[in-house]
Amino acid sequence: MTTRVIDLATNTVRELNGALHADKAHLHWQVLNPAGRHAIAAGLDAPATVEIDGHVGYYCAGMNKHASVLIRGNAGVGLAENMMSGRVHVTGDASQAAGATAHGGLLVVDGNASARCGISMKGVDIVVKGSIGHMSAFMAQAGTLTVLGDAGESLGDSIYEARLFVRGSVGSLGADCIEKELRDEHKALLFGKLEAAGLAGAVDVSDFRRYGSARTLYHFHVDNVGAY
Amino acid sequence: MSEYHNPVTTPRTSATFDDYTLSEIRRAAATGIYDIRGGGSKRKLPHLDDLLFLGASISRYPLEGYREKCGTNVVLGSRFARKPIELKIPVTIAGMSFGSLSAQAKEALGRGASAMGTSTTTGDGGMTPEERGHSSILVYQYLPSRYGMNPDDLRKADAIEVVIGQGAKPGGGGMLLGQKISKRVAGMRCLPEGIDQRSACRHPDWTGPDDLEIKIEELREITDWEKPIYVKVGAARPYYDTALAVKSGADVIVLDGMQGGTAATQEVFIEHVGIPLLSAIRPAVQALQDLGMHRKVQLIVSGGIRNGADVAKCLALGADVASIGTAALVALGDNDPSLEAEYNKLGTTAGAYDDWHEGRDPAGITTQDPALAARLDPVLAGRRLANYLAVMTLEAQTIARACGKSHVHNLEPEDLVALTVEAAAMARVPLAGTDWIPGRGSY
Repeated sequence: MTTRVIDLATNTVRELNGALHADKAHLHWQVLNPAGRHAIAAGLDAPATVEIDGHVGYYCAGMNKHASVLIRGNAGVGLAENMMSGRVHVTGDASQAAGATAHGGLLVVDGNASARCGISMKGVDIVVKGSIGHMSAFMAQAGTLTVLGDAGESLGDSIYEARLFVRGSVGSLGADCIEKELRDEHKALLFGKLEAAGLAGAVDVSDFRRYGSARTLYHFHVDNVGAY
Repeated sequence: MSEYHNPVTTPRTSATFDDYTLSEIRRAAATGIYDIRGGGSKRKLPHLDDLLFLGASISRYPLEGYREKCGTNVVLGSRFARKPIELKIPVTIAGMSFGSLSAQAKEALGRGASAMGTSTTTGDGGMTPEERGHSSILVYQYLPSRYGMNPDDLRKADAIEVVIGQGAKPGGGGMLLGQKISKRVAGMRCLPEGIDQRSACRHPDWTGPDDLEIKIEELREITDWEKPIYVKVGAARPYYDTALAVKSGADVIVLDGMQGGTAATQEVFIEHVGIPLLSAIRPAVQALQDLGMHRKVQLIVSGGIRNGADVAKCLALGADVASIGTAALVALGDNDPSLEAEYNKLGTTAGAYDDWHEGRDPAGITTQDPALAARLDPVLAGRRLANYLAVMTLEAQTIARACGKSHVHNLEPEDLVALTVEAAAMARVPLAGTDWIPGRGSY
């Protein structure tokens, strides 16, 4: 399998994305000199592998379907936002709103993720090897967020049915988010997510605590006004 | 000598504490919760009725009403999109979601709009296959909740509308109550059936105009720069919002006045936040003109548009298209007097029914109840909407010809005068019979 190399020092992001969208039969791509540009590899819709050597800006791999995207560097705001399927892996840190509203696929952050990681997530699996910032998993609807480090303030505020696993400390829990018992079925689920992220056996699932929705705000009621 | 009696004065109710206000105080005192309803502002506001066209005279030459051509088409998205869209008429259908509306109502909107060569718009909750199938031109809304958002539908759309706010509630999100969350609606939104579904007021992955510019760039990249990208704002700071939307790279600005409807929000929000459409159009047009983008970035306006005169007035003030929501629902059959007995059972009357969030609409429009929704015949309702759109267009053409214009977009502020000082100031046209525009120099 040949690798098609696109150098963003000499090509535009439009040329890169246009090629990625048009040539769905080509399955291996390498992107050089991303230099923090935005929307790199956005809108992929093929089971290709895209390796990006360097830092990326906003919305890298946005709305990804099927593709596997590896970023050797750090990522800006909205990494893999609204991803539908596939895999996005960043070796460094991710800025705010990583995995925002994503419906599916796997997002792996080797470093830390900033505020609002997994905001409004709708089915994606997110694994962060470092820590996550405040207001993460805000209004998280479905999927899993696994954090090997710590979580910031207001974790899971107004959460729906997403499942949160945190190994370290939690700054505080947001409205309607509570700690829940980590039973065997949850450990099995967590192990599967860690395994998918290449962490099987690297960490003990028993070290994690589980958080989710108390479901007390599912129906608006005046008595709950103080919770909002 | 007869006994003296003090004269009795006629009982007088308060203009400040009128019947509605008193009933609302009692309702609030009994329940402890604010009132939620659908629709837009109901109180009397400065509006397009406060403007008049001057028509032709000795110094202006009219066009023959039934013979000479008066164009109505408009192209949207010519700034950046590789595939701009063309509407045959200067009226379009505003965003309304499947969820707030029944599938039959959405289909009817698509049928009616398509018959007249204009577009419909999705809403919160995503795009349904029926809606796509029945709408020849479909605008896909990109909302803070991102319910149902996916790249496949994004590519199927003819245009993308980034929603920042709406006229009924600038700065507010939404709440679709559990009564309307059917299995299908819940599935499209990735949430459990029957729970109240909050729609966020802020986008989850960007804040401010600098981020918006990058977000628009991403949407263009995902769709290979094909689609026109609209930015919709509720009328609040129209000059600056328009300027910032242009700066962010929008092809089209959608400006929604406070008369614009909503599926559900607080009464206090609807009536007390935002500004009337009449006051919003000229500042938005001014921003476009100041940037040299008038007619290059198109302006769609909405909020209380009811007839062809309203459309013509909006165009004369500088808009490119007028958009309707509430009026379109009425054309489908909403609040029809033939359903009076059923409205009475709901504690209201035809013409006043606005508890759209409760999902008990006897007209089958603002409901997810299968039995109620089945009452609406989408073919017949679509035909009514097409008729209504045709009338609006003919009315706008009639006025344009009377003003000597060969295209409705040739209407201009000079064709208008105002009936009130307030309207003259807001619309920046002279008070009728004078050349006085308040705030624009002395009389």
